[in-house]
Amino acid sequence: MKKLLQHLGNYLILLNKVFSFPEKRSVFVQQLNIEFKKIGIDSIGIVTIISFFIGAVVSIQTAYNFESPLYPKYLIGFATRESLILEFCPTMLCLILAGKIGSNMASEIGSMRVSEQIDALEIMGVNSATFLILPKIIASLIFFPCLIILSISIGLIGGWVGCQNTGITTASYLYGIKIDFNPFYITYCLIKTTVFAFIISSVSSYFGYYTKGGALEVGTSSTRAVVYSSIIILLFNFLLTDLLLA
Amino acid sequence: MIEIKQISKSFAENLVLDNVSYLFERGKTNLIIGESGSGKTTLLRSLIGLNKIDSGQVLFDGRDFHNLKIKDKRKLRQEIGMLFQKGALYDYMTVEENILFPLTMFTNQGNEEKIERVNECLKRVNLTNSNKLLPSELSGGMTKRVSIARAIVMNPKYLLCDEPNSGLDPKTAIIIDNLIQEITIENNITTIVNTHDMNSVMEIGERIAYLYKGKLSWHGTKEELINTKNKELNDFVFASKLFKRLKK
Repeated sequence: MKKLLQHLGNYLILLNKVFSFPEKRSVFVQQLNIEFKKIGIDSIGIVTIISFFIGAVVSIQTAYNFESPLYPKYLIGFATRESLILEFCPTMLCLILAGKIGSNMASEIGSMRVSEQIDALEIMGVNSATFLILPKIIASLIFFPCLIILSISIGLIGGWVGCQNTGITTASYLYGIKIDFNPFYITYCLIKTTVFAFIISSVSSYFGYYTKGGALEVGTSSTRAVVYSSIIILLFNFLLTDLLLA
Repeated sequence: MIEIKQISKSFAENLVLDNVSYLFERGKTNLIIGESGSGKTTLLRSLIGLNKIDSGQVLFDGRDFHNLKIKDKRKLRQEIGMLFQKGALYDYMTVEENILFPLTMFTNQGNEEKIERVNECLKRVNLTNSNKLLPSELSGGMTKRVSIARAIVMNPKYLLCDEPNSGLDPKTAIIIDNLIQEITIENNITTIVNTHDMNSVMEIGERIAYLYKGKLSWHGTKEELINTKNKELNDFVFASKLFKRLKK
């Protein structure tokens, strides 16, 4: 418990250090562009592949469970849409991104810490926390929602491809994904995604920033970043769902 | 000059620096020597706030570093150049970008002017035509030279070097040592070098401070060092059979 409180205290101190004005705007914009590429552009491939196949599998499994003639076929499209928007895209994909992006952030900052590159920044008079972490947080907050919207779209396409072998017509599927649509679910999905983006970027950066030791500890920090981010995401998933939908 | 007054620093129960006071003079290479674990690196890091001290004062030409506001600390740090043990070059930047970084961060110079200054610094450390290389493509000696170039690019008043020739062959080590001394004299800056390399001590040591178990055990010139009666220092300096024979 003491250790947990210590982590929380250090995390809040770090956030306080992170949220200050960057020394030079042009350099900050440059850093932000690098992060946009690393966090956003470089994740499009994996997000597309995962979303497509998960969408396809969800629709096939739904079709398999809705074999009774009493269920209208369009329910397959409806169920695929609901599961993608409500849970799969914002939560599961963020957990996957915590593994990909979170571990990368922690190991990158951790390596800079153990090779004294962060000390070199401090000696120059640069606020290392703002310089290294703020662009990652901002890029995550901007790009994660975009990735999730992309994920929903690709997932729905995957769902359509998946249900081709289950005897459902394209018209039924399309009718299903349009019927009884509640726009608030998109808002709910984006709120969750934004919160998770902040958790992944800040928690992972925290573990990287406070790395001590050598290469082994960088690996440990990277693992911790993914584990803690995932647990906090699941906790906030429960809290936000309870707050926004219950 | 940099003056330290009664600095103490401990990590948990372990007292690493015990009431250390000393004056590092301007225009001279001030050496801190001592065995591994004697507190040299902690002292150097404490000077510039990378380690928080428990008590004492660090005065940079009269400015008490540890009592400055964060903004003023950052301003003062822009007057400090530091050479790290492993170089601490930014992996994702080329040699040119590494040296350019402080200029881009803290000056409003034009691109041409900045590149000119970078080339000037690279020429000073005898490393031309390496602008586009990445740190991973550099040898140990080249890494140290680039680090020196980055440290001096802002014309610092203070140059701190943490074991500048660790991991280098004796010939390259002497070249790096001499480079540090020449830069110190040319720019009339306060230079502090942390080392346990006796070749460095004999080559560039003008004022030497010896740390033993966190305490300042001895200080003086290299001539005085050879004839010292300090037992711990004698054991440290003349540790090898060769040096023992030479002393006899």
